[in-house]
Amino acid sequence: MARIGVFVCHCGENISATVDVARVASEAAKIPGVVHSVDYKYMCSDPGQQLVKAAIQEKGLTGVVVAACSPRMHEPTFRRACAEAGLNPFLCEMANIREHCSWVHEKGEATTHKAIDIVRTLVAKVKKNRALQPIKVPVTKTALVLGGGIAGIQAALDIANAGHKVILVEKEPSIGGHMSQLSETFPTLDCSQCILTPRMVEVAQHPNITLHSYSELEGLDGFIGNFKARIRRKARSLDEKLCTGCGLCTQKCPLRRIPSEFDAGLGLRPAIYVPFPQAVPNKPVIDREHCTYYRTGKCRLCEKVCPTQAIRFDQPDEIVEADVGAVVVATGFDIKHADFFPEYGYGKYKDVIDGLQFERLASASGPTLGEIRRPSDGKVPETVAFIACAGSRDPAKGIEYCSKICCMYTAKHAMLYRHKVHHGRPVVFYMDIRAGGKMYEEFVRRAMEEDGVQYVRGRVSRIYERGGKLVVKGADTLLGARPVELEADLVVLATAGVAQPGAEDLAQRLHVSYDAHRFYAEAHPKLRPVETNTAGIFLAGACQAPKDIPESVAQASGAAAKVGALFSQSELVREPLIAVVDRQAPPVYSSCSGCFLCQGACPYQAIKREEIRGRDGQLIKTVAKVNPGLCQGCGTCVALCRSKSIDIQGYSHEQVYSEVLALLNRGERDG
Amino acid sequence: MAEFDPKIVAFVCNWCTYAGADLTGTSRMKYSPQVSVIRFPCTGRIDFMLLLKAFAGGADGVIVSGCHPNDCHYSSGNFHARRRWIVFRGLLDFLGIDVRRVRFSWVSAAEGAKWAQLVNETVEQVRVLGPHRAYQRLRGLGVG
Repeated sequence: MARIGVFVCHCGENISATVDVARVASEAAKIPGVVHSVDYKYMCSDPGQQLVKAAIQEKGLTGVVVAACSPRMHEPTFRRACAEAGLNPFLCEMANIREHCSWVHEKGEATTHKAIDIVRTLVAKVKKNRALQPIKVPVTKTALVLGGGIAGIQAALDIANAGHKVILVEKEPSIGGHMSQLSETFPTLDCSQCILTPRMVEVAQHPNITLHSYSELEGLDGFIGNFKARIRRKARSLDEKLCTGCGLCTQKCPLRRIPSEFDAGLGLRPAIYVPFPQAVPNKPVIDREHCTYYRTGKCRLCEKVCPTQAIRFDQPDEIVEADVGAVVVATGFDIKHADFFPEYGYGKYKDVIDGLQFERLASASGPTLGEIRRPSDGKVPETVAFIACAGSRDPAKGIEYCSKICCMYTAKHAMLYRHKVHHGRPVVFYMDIRAGGKMYEEFVRRAMEEDGVQYVRGRVSRIYERGGKLVVKGADTLLGARPVELEADLVVLATAGVAQPGAEDLAQRLHVSYDAHRFYAEAHPKLRPVETNTAGIFLAGACQAPKDIPESVAQASGAAAKVGALFSQSELVREPLIAVVDRQAPPVYSSCSGCFLCQGACPYQAIKREEIRGRDGQLIKTVAKVNPGLCQGCGTCVALCRSKSIDIQGYSHEQVYSEVLALLNRGERDG
Repeated sequence: MAEFDPKIVAFVCNWCTYAGADLTGTSRMKYSPQVSVIRFPCTGRIDFMLLLKAFAGGADGVIVSGCHPNDCHYSSGNFHARRRWIVFRGLLDFLGIDVRRVRFSWVSAAEGAKWAQLVNETVEQVRVLGPHRAYQRLRGLGVG
């Protein structure tokens, strides 16, 4: 006979303002099987939990229903309280009368009725709950970090320094990411390469880090603590062990007309190349798309000049498999490119460039060696227009969000331009200036006051060419929307930060969710900002949302700390809400008929074949068997099973059918 | 004539729609109290016999909602649910249950407003259809 306790929470006034909680408690007491029913102001508080614990012990409860907030909020709290009082935690259920009732309905009879219905439903469920034991699984103490930008580098170093193995995967030939392309960084104006490259070298030399550059994740199977990663090492077309990085091949390559990705298309590179001088690893890669040998079958000059005979034209891609316990996704962001701004003439006028291109112009290692020269004719521009929010905060362009970094880097660009071209005139067109951050507002002020950057509040409607100049047409909204026309020599667009191309493909390979803009979704926007909804997979940096360097680094360290906490235990405890196949005494053994429909439906390959044999070793039947380590508890197999031989703990047939019947006021015959 | 208050049962997945409905709550958006939610790990878990059970038990309408295609927490459960729904529709008709009494939808964890809208639309639609009285017959068929 069930002995159920119902605990109705007021949640201050969050529930009691619209729901008659006293009546919910008194009605609940009438449900067959309920032996205890009380209401209390804050059930999650310490005295509230004490009420639950005391009732379990004094009344000998066999099940607990807490009518309060969402189970996503306090289910763990009350399950823990039950466990402390000696009741199996899986005999506790939450009746969500706050998010699903008191907050969404007006005060009144119908709302209280609904709350009572919800409680009755959960009482019916908890009567069918069974005591479950948590599942323990081992943890592989190796982390996989995807992306070798500043976030990935930081996460890898932090995890490695905590004494764990790290596999770092970077899709480009070198780690460094966008940060390696930057000239100087706000708000301190320290040189990006100077602070980044020592970290890159540290990654390369760290005994705990295995670096797979020019590689991509093919697939990820398994679950927290026990993932299996397949990594494709794309063919560099050379033997990395033999290559010394002398660079002779890159100097001799006769093809030097390929736009350099690292220089954002402003510089040129050969077909065999190292992206930039401080690249890690400092080994070239042959761009097979452009290389003359791959196109015509002739040349092979690099092979001839290589002093160590390291060139391998026929090298295939290599697939590496690795067991990892946790994954940090730090795949970064991209910026909106050409064709997105036809009104600004990007892609049509050579002197309309994006922020990343300006970084390369201002960088000492860039195509102009740090001199600000416009791409079309190499002249030093006298007037430069900087356009903030190019694409961002523009619902008409489909990007409603603020890209967050542009206000700051635009101020920095204008400043750098002024430092390099003393007589130059920088004009910034902006919507609002968002300079929230340590020393950020002061930095923007400095740009305005010390470096004389002119700020015009208003959007630019059009840019066109007139007599070798770019005419920027806009409005000054601080002067009553007065039209403004500026003749500029160079226009820099602070284009919107967007998700990486292929972000959704990777999300599907990892089973993590992403938002409408293809940025990866965190488990909770405030309280779990570095975790994904998939246990064991964490986020760092701009793959989650546009972020600046300090934030990316902070989040990466946060993710690394999470990985460290995971790796601090040798066994993981998982909720036992998994599928089980019916097994019973002979002569039936199992109601499973062995059709194995479930096997094809399982997304985790958790269902295996099991042979049931008699004492004489004779095969009686082959049935399905669930691997508890792999099963994630989705229940797809349960709904599919023709003979109802497979059931899922926590959402069993008994439980859900009882819920439906109780909700509709029937099925309370058994008590 | 007194307005008829339909009884709607919503079968939702834990990861998207349940969380979406939680968001409706946290955002304090209001919707009709005629609906009650039953939580499942995934829409893939939803045995469509449950829908018949609900109709047999006196429900006037049913909502089934989970993660958007490609967003399933378990990668493919919602595709199974969708396929099952397509097959089930024909059966509903055969059983004499108006297919408009069932709403199959996707509500993500970020779509609090969509959940409120879905509930209100379903309640309105079922209100127009009137009470579901065919369930006694279903019981006669042994489904209840």
